Amino acid sequence: MSLHAQSLTCIRQDRLIFNAVDLSLNPGEILWVKGRNGSGKTSLLRILACLLKPATGIVSWNGTDIEEDPEHYKENLQYVGHQDALKMAMSARENLEFWSDYTGNSTVDQALDAFQLQPIADHPTQILSAGQKKRSNLARLIACPAPLWILDEPVSSLDTDYIGLFKDLLEKHVRNGGMALLATHQDLSLSRVRQLDLNQISEVAR
Amino acid sequence: MRSFLALLKRDMLLAYRQGSALTMTLSFFVIAVTLFPLGVGPELNVLARIGPGVLWVGALLACLLTLDRIFQADFEDGTLEQLMLGPLSIEFIVLAKIIAHWVMSVLPLIAITPILAISLNVHADGIWAMIFSLLIGSPVLSLIGAVGAALTVAMRRGGVLLSLLVLPLYIPVLIFGVASVEAAVALMPMAPHLMLLGGLSLGALVVCPFAAAAALRLAVE
Repeated sequence: MSLHAQSLTCIRQDRLIFNAVDLSLNPGEILWVKGRNGSGKTSLLRILACLLKPATGIVSWNGTDIEEDPEHYKENLQYVGHQDALKMAMSARENLEFWSDYTGNSTVDQALDAFQLQPIADHPTQILSAGQKKRSNLARLIACPAPLWILDEPVSSLDTDYIGLFKDLLEKHVRNGGMALLATHQDLSLSRVRQLDLNQISEVAR
Repeated sequence: MRSFLALLKRDMLLAYRQGSALTMTLSFFVIAVTLFPLGVGPELNVLARIGPGVLWVGALLACLLTLDRIFQADFEDGTLEQLMLGPLSIEFIVLAKIIAHWVMSVLPLIAITPILAISLNVHADGIWAMIFSLLIGSPVLSLIGAVGAALTVAMRRGGVLLSLLVLPLYIPVLIFGVASVEAAVALMPMAPHLMLLGGLSLGALVVCPFAAAAALRLAVE
């Protein structure tokens, strides 16, 4: 189980975002994607999550180009983006139950426990705070387990305690053979972390 | 199949909980149809003659009101991209959302059509024909509407463009829908018109999910 990307180039509306990005990720590893605003962190993560096509380059999962078998690759990844993907008219529990039904998993209570959401699990999502919504979104990582986590600003809106909780869950995931790619402006002081600085790549590209 | 049913169930639950869309659609349908007797006068013969057309146009316009909601909310809150990363292909995601739209927004319109048809003095045979023609033809409204909704999903205030895109494509359904009711009222066979409506529905069922899926892929990128 491994993720490799070779010579990835991203062009959006005729603007070069980044050029010739190579990366690799193996079980037990975390790759922290760093960079200024606009350096292409989100674009890179969306390319790796099959949500955006690169202008050039190849992403391979276990040595196979993900374009050849995207369904198999998607089964192995969980992506958390900027938006919470929560339905305001449903509770946190109902949202998670939907995602676990949709992906064929059944670990909703475990996910609610992991992110300490049980006390607010049945409240309508629209009355939750931004941090509570973020935790409800992150709980999808446990409710729908997958070895590869791709996380875009996962700790925005979280307070210090919950950042610590998230960090523990991330490190546990990696210790258990998972892998994670995350873009964040905050240094989480994670162990087993490698860094990819898109600022340097962008400078070279320009 | 489990994912398809989960999505269908969730969309229907959301439509039920956010009942304003249904209330708005039904109210618009009732008000639009009620305005015609006030505009053209209370002569029963005139109302009976224009009734089928008025009902079909009213249903078609009422349906337009909810089309932009098929994908908009999921696109804006990030649910759509999460759905696309799940086990269901985009074409089936589109199909589940179209079915939920038809059941929650169009079926209630069909349910109140007989009452409005009576108020327009439509003949009893015409009322049955109206129900059959709507049941067979109205899926086209959701199917073609979904393509328009997918094409305009990333646009702010895309509602007007959506109407302009979709309304011309509704013309064949309107023609055969009204023709089937008029045939029934004139005691002529309405089966050919219903079969044409069925053909349109099946054709749209084959083409529209793929077209809408292609538009959504572009929108998400």
